[in-house]
Amino acid sequence: MGTLPEPFAGWFAARGWTPRPHQLALWKSARAGESALLIAPTGGGKTLAGFLPSLLELHAAPREGLHTLYVSPLKALAVDIARNLMDPVSEMDLPIRIETRTGDTPQNRRARQRETPPQILLTTPESLAVLLANPEAPELFAGLRSIVVDEAHAMAGTKRGDQLSLCMARLDVLAPGLRRVGLSATVAHPEALRAWLSPTALAEDVRLVVGRGGADPDMSLMLPEGHLPWGGHMGIASAPGVLARIAEAGVTIVFVNTRAQSELIFAALWKINEENLPIALHHGSLEITQRRKVEAAMAAGKLRAVVATASLDLGIDWGAVDQMIHVGAPKGVSRLLQRIGRANHRMDEPSKAVLVPANRFEVIECVAASEAVRAHELDGDPPRPGGLDVLAQHILAMACQSPFRPDDLYAEVTRAGAYATLSRRDFDDVLRFVEDGGYALRAYERFRRLFTDSEGLVHVRDLRVARQARMNLGTIVDTPMIKVRLRGGPVLGEVEEWFASTLEPGNSFIFAGQTLRYEGIDALTMVVSRGGEGDPRVPTYAGARLPLSTNLSFRVRSILADPRRWRALPDPVRDWLRLQQRRSEMPQRDGMLIEVFPKGGRWFMVAYCFEGRLAHQTLGMLVTKRMDRLGFAPMGYLGTDYVLATWSAFEPTDPERLFEEDILGEELEEWIAESSMLRRTFRNIATIAGLIEKNHPGQEKSGRQMTMNSDLIYDVLRKHEPDHILLRATRAEAAHGLTDVSRIATLLARVQGHIRVRRLDRVSPLAVPALIEEGREWVAGGAEDALLAEAAALVEEATDGAEHFADVLAEVTEGVRVRSGVVDRPRRQDRKRRPPPRRFVRSAKGLAS
Amino acid sequence: MTPAPLHLAGERLMLDPAGVVSWPARRTLVVSDLHLEKGSHFAARGRFVPPYDTRETLAKLTLVLRRYGPARLVLLGDSFHDPMGCDRMAPADCAALQRILASVEEVVWVLGNHDPVAPRGLPGIAVDALVDGPLTFRHEADPRALGEMSGHFHPKATLATRAGGISRPCFATDARRVILPAFGAYTGGLDVRDPALGGLFPRGGRVFLLGPDRLFSVPMAPMRRRPEAVA
Repeated sequence: MGTLPEPFAGWFAARGWTPRPHQLALWKSARAGESALLIAPTGGGKTLAGFLPSLLELHAAPREGLHTLYVSPLKALAVDIARNLMDPVSEMDLPIRIETRTGDTPQNRRARQRETPPQILLTTPESLAVLLANPEAPELFAGLRSIVVDEAHAMAGTKRGDQLSLCMARLDVLAPGLRRVGLSATVAHPEALRAWLSPTALAEDVRLVVGRGGADPDMSLMLPEGHLPWGGHMGIASAPGVLARIAEAGVTIVFVNTRAQSELIFAALWKINEENLPIALHHGSLEITQRRKVEAAMAAGKLRAVVATASLDLGIDWGAVDQMIHVGAPKGVSRLLQRIGRANHRMDEPSKAVLVPANRFEVIECVAASEAVRAHELDGDPPRPGGLDVLAQHILAMACQSPFRPDDLYAEVTRAGAYATLSRRDFDDVLRFVEDGGYALRAYERFRRLFTDSEGLVHVRDLRVARQARMNLGTIVDTPMIKVRLRGGPVLGEVEEWFASTLEPGNSFIFAGQTLRYEGIDALTMVVSRGGEGDPRVPTYAGARLPLSTNLSFRVRSILADPRRWRALPDPVRDWLRLQQRRSEMPQRDGMLIEVFPKGGRWFMVAYCFEGRLAHQTLGMLVTKRMDRLGFAPMGYLGTDYVLATWSAFEPTDPERLFEEDILGEELEEWIAESSMLRRTFRNIATIAGLIEKNHPGQEKSGRQMTMNSDLIYDVLRKHEPDHILLRATRAEAAHGLTDVSRIATLLARVQGHIRVRRLDRVSPLAVPALIEEGREWVAGGAEDALLAEAAALVEEATDGAEHFADVLAEVTEGVRVRSGVVDRPRRQDRKRRPPPRRFVRSAKGLAS
Repeated sequence: MTPAPLHLAGERLMLDPAGVVSWPARRTLVVSDLHLEKGSHFAARGRFVPPYDTRETLAKLTLVLRRYGPARLVLLGDSFHDPMGCDRMAPADCAALQRILASVEEVVWVLGNHDPVAPRGLPGIAVDALVDGPLTFRHEADPRALGEMSGHFHPKATLATRAGGISRPCFATDARRVILPAFGAYTGGLDVRDPALGGLFPRGGRVFLLGPDRLFSVPMAPMRRRPEAVA
């Protein structure tokens, strides 16, 4: 392998370090001019490994001009890395300038960076896209030697990753021979990640370097004292235990699954935090300065604990974290490992992790996850093919840079890993979409954004189009948010607009770790004061709460089906499973158990599918449609991570028929078209593709701003041109993401011939957690109108048509909510334990951080 | 399609789930905010939304007219998304509109803020407001008016149901006025609780949410006093 030359060898030695094998391996591949993917756990000097070849090269042959580009998914990470990289550079007195460029970089510094670029520039995919959409880009990037992609596993397979993949393909054209270096956490599909990173879209053109793993983590399970809850996902009951662990350890990160949960856990901890241990809160909707403050306090060792969401999954190493407490089920092994890795960056000592399940089903999931971690069994899907909406944005951006020939651009784009399988037809359709919308009715030809000259080169029409294109760059589509400001004080963060619209002056809610009173909306911010009476609510946020991963599902099923493995489970859980054995039976690992029982004048059917919430929601719609056809009069359904439950007026006889593989045919097509998930997907796609204006946060909505509801566009387009490229993109994306159709297909294939049906006279123990779960779906297709009719009639009945629906209706509908039986849930105790804000959390079904 | 009767200034009106009002006594059909050619308006500014909105809106209007067969059609303004809109219409759409206008004896274009001038080359009279008996038709409601029909605000309302809130365009009504929902395919909505709209119903009223076959009627709370101005 060789050793490092001076002054590098001396610099390492002065710190008592020796270069790690993977650091030397990356240097070696750099000297050979190869691209490389480094997979290593956190704390292995991964970032330095990525930069070391560049530092060595620039030391050996000092030069001006951009040499190395570093791309990180987080702005903050780019800034931190820059700061850390300055140390070796200044200590070894290397002739290297390091700068960052993100959305926050001031205009004058950007201009200077264009004039005299630094040797090393740290940036984000969005800022890189903006740089590349500029006519000066060829000059700026001509001498680029290396691009370092940090947290590559977190970008591949996302839209930001698609964008980066396309940008790298263009960089290859501007700077032939450019080396790519990917830095990644351990992943389930290293080959797919190599292909994603590769300049040829072929995995073998990227050398794989695997860093040594650290010691296995020391994992334990913590249950709340007393009663083990049947339902709920917040884990509030475990707050005293969590606080005790925090008090025992030096520094703790308490990870939770959603922003709402983080606020509740934080509040619960502080309620009992009599020693005033410094505990902070960190989530993605808090004001950025506040988050940076928390991170800095954490780095400086001033905090004992921070309650955090996925906002801390990635980021700079802190070194001194002693333990990670995970409240709620982890849902996926890879993410759990990543979070455990945040807890200890001393490679040779085991990280300490405590899993805190919120209910009894989550206990099994936590046990399954611990086993998977010990078995080094990761989950996660290989990156999906790149989105056509991102391609549309990219094509326009490339036209802004310089005129292109469609044949050349197609060849370039298909060298990007994410677009290797892109068909020429899709490319041409996207190109036509960029040109004039690509509609069969050529109504917009006179408004074309692109034109082709006599030599076949495609140009952007004018500067106005180019300006608009640059404004639209980026693939992060935000839900409309509104800032929350303390009266006469600072901005605390932001909540979704719809949440603000449900508040009345005087209402209180929990946000940024305090109870706030809503005062009113002032132009663009929501003004609040401290304090407030009554049950505070908790804002929830739309977004993907991760569904149970396929691997974890398999492990959960294996544990349930094998009583010998119940020894690993705590007593109350074991008792519960034994009770299930007596009253019904256990679901088998590769089969499916269906229980049918009457309750409250209707028939319930509970199917133990274990395919995750998203798949169950889609499946619920398909199954109830089939029930409808068979005359069972389905009334509603509910999908949890573990089961699908339906209720109907008549007994579903032969429920096997409801799970035949052909339910994925017509009924799916029909529903997909109507589904609100599709509408949401379409909205994002239409925004990224530049069909509708992007929300620029903080920008005042002027009368001139052109906004249009994407639902209206979706309806019109679906009716008049169902095969339009954007609808094709929407369907493709939905099949992968929100609807999880592929998992349903696997499930149906797996269980054919292995379905067990039990007809019971009452709810089974295993079904209880599902039936007290909140967030029910109502049978789709005309359901909205049935619901409206019902609600209108209820109001009429309750108010004699005299009162005001805004006040009364919420209570009326609360009253008709179907509450299912509870086997042995002590009612009074339950009421006491129930956190006051739950009423709201529940009503925001399926929405989480 | 089941319309809902409503009495305004002693006149019997029918609110139709399609979002139009029929005044049987005068064989009049009232429709508001078509926003024709909104799609091409966006396209001219680089947002290529599907070019089918005019076609869609006119097809819907044709069906409603066939059902009621009125003698007079009153359009409550913002019939075109911008003053140049009628010049941009595709020939087929233009012909469809001509057929619609020819199917009634009288066309009244109430002018709106988006279309402050009469559409060129189309039949009918253009007015700022139309007074007929006890009823007044104008684009934007006048807070002092009695017996008024207007559009402009594109009212919509959210009704809380067991499965969460459901938002729909709606008629907003009280004893003094009816505000019509927007009829155009590309028209969004303003929540009736917005001060600009709620302020017109200081004593509350009733909203009628549109459904495919019927309206869903619920009372509307009176506008609360605005919270004291916040700094």
